[in-house]
Amino acid sequence: MSRSIPLPFSPARTARPTRRAALAAGLLLSLTACTGPGDDEAGTTAPPQDEPVGDGLTLADPWVKAAEEGMTSSFGTLRNDSGRDLVLIGVSTPASSMVELHETSSDGSGGMSMAEKEGGFPLPAGGELVLEPGGDHIMLMDLAAPLLPGDEVELTLLFEDGTEHAYTATVKDFAGAQEHYEPEDGTGSGASDGGGHEGHDHSDHGGEE
Amino acid sequence: MNTPSPTPFRPARRHLLRTGVLGAGALGVGAASVGLDRALREPSQEPAAAEPALHGQLTVPFHGEHQAGIETPAPAAATFLGLDLREEVDREGVLRLLRLLTDDAARLTQGRPALADTEPEMASEPASLTVTFGFGPGLMERARREAPSWLAPLPAFGIDRLEEQYTGGDLMLQVAAEDPLTVSHAARMLLKDARAFTRVRWVQPGFRRSPGTQAPGTTMRNLFGQLDGSANAQLGSEHFSRVVWIKEGPFAGGTSMVIRRIRMDLDGWDEADRAAREQSTGTRLDSGAPLSGGDEFSRADFEKVSVNGFPVIGEFSHMRRANGIDEGEHQEIFRRPYNYDVAPPPGSDSVSEAGQVFVSFQADLNGQFLPIQRRLDALDLLNQWTTPIGSAVFAIPPGCAEGDYVGRSVLE
Repeated sequence: MSRSIPLPFSPARTARPTRRAALAAGLLLSLTACTGPGDDEAGTTAPPQDEPVGDGLTLADPWVKAAEEGMTSSFGTLRNDSGRDLVLIGVSTPASSMVELHETSSDGSGGMSMAEKEGGFPLPAGGELVLEPGGDHIMLMDLAAPLLPGDEVELTLLFEDGTEHAYTATVKDFAGAQEHYEPEDGTGSGASDGGGHEGHDHSDHGGEE
Repeated sequence: MNTPSPTPFRPARRHLLRTGVLGAGALGVGAASVGLDRALREPSQEPAAAEPALHGQLTVPFHGEHQAGIETPAPAAATFLGLDLREEVDREGVLRLLRLLTDDAARLTQGRPALADTEPEMASEPASLTVTFGFGPGLMERARREAPSWLAPLPAFGIDRLEEQYTGGDLMLQVAAEDPLTVSHAARMLLKDARAFTRVRWVQPGFRRSPGTQAPGTTMRNLFGQLDGSANAQLGSEHFSRVVWIKEGPFAGGTSMVIRRIRMDLDGWDEADRAAREQSTGTRLDSGAPLSGGDEFSRADFEKVSVNGFPVIGEFSHMRRANGIDEGEHQEIFRRPYNYDVAPPPGSDSVSEAGQVFVSFQADLNGQFLPIQRRLDALDLLNQWTTPIGSAVFAIPPGCAEGDYVGRSVLE
């Protein structure tokens, strides 16, 4: 096995040291701009670096919720130190033929519901985009194969200006991230983020079945 | 030797502000000086009480030649987890599991939340947290790698009354820190990531002295009141390295671990007077000195006889038996035990259910641990009050470098 562990040293959003300290400790994964297909592993297996490479975009703690089939969601914290305003308009991954950017909001009855984010997620210069359970996230709509805990998933961020940035996310067994999904066309109601809601036997945590 | 050090990346301005007096620096001296100064000017007033040193931000390096948690001062709280691999987990699954758990341990021990940690705030006081991985024979088999010949259950001993619930296991995690809440969160996080791959076979929490109670390095007393571990090699010494670390082969830099749950009959011990208690071990209860004289660390004089001609350190005593005096052989192990003290069984008349999670590390299980255990099994007065009720052997792989995972050198 030559699989590497990506980002073992990234700070979580909720306990972030100062940026200076984080960089000194090599805590952030630097994203590498891709020039095209076939280059999508760049920047993901490199050891922690002191300074960002590429155009100043960093991603902390990328992960994907494990799921046997159907949908799941992906998270992480993007930071834009490129000096330019960016808009994340899409994500591609071999793990799912269809990927959407979703925002989550209160459904008015104590739960949360989510919907596709029109126009993508703005990521202003110097700003941060926090993708987390219960909040904005990347939705893998149709898994090509089970995503098992400990697997690693290649993903590529697509920005409005045409740039692409590849990274690797770790698959984690996760009980949460069960936001209700309501597509705008009204079909498919009842599907959920992460394959972990009613109708899916979540008690088995059966990443190995 | 893994000496805890302040968290490097979290000098914790918040922490400094909150505590005011932290560390060995000028702040503490200043505060003491103020107190002294005031006491001199106002003799009737008590000096200001010194603030206790906080240890929540101390960290033990996770990466290195050896796994942490062995040649590391034993912290106050530990939880030992014995896990069994689920039937469907194959070699590839074992490797995925170890990568996940390594990542969790690497983060949590340094005071950072695990990836997808649902209680990230609970990771911010690592308190010298260590996570130590041990492989049982089942894990080696599942990973399709040959287990070391010694990696097998211990032979059955006459004194054993082993219970299945505390015996065996495919994967052992020793989670230890100076703070029990830190241990609880770390164990919970590791178990959540292990859940898809394993079932919990046993959980054994244990405790030692709280930090700050005694000078670091003071030998712990067990629940019989005995100093326990006086003969241990010093951490960081060549002696320790010789006793503990495997020198060659895939497990070089690792060691063998024996974990045995030893029930201690405190109610029966109550019936033994002080002389009988000291005779059972061959040592004094107060100082831990051999009955032949001296202090805790004095060399025992096993030749010394009483006026009646009997050895002062009896032929049945724990120390004499463990040291192989009458067999003319001598082996050493490194003991790192924890106490347990839990509720007595429902409906029993006993007021306590207590003992020791005996943990020993040794480079050569068959050459070091087994001869000692065989002698104690054959004769040891202390056996009257102690009963092994659980037992397992694990192979401790060497430590790993950053970006690597624990066990790669023995599994790939």
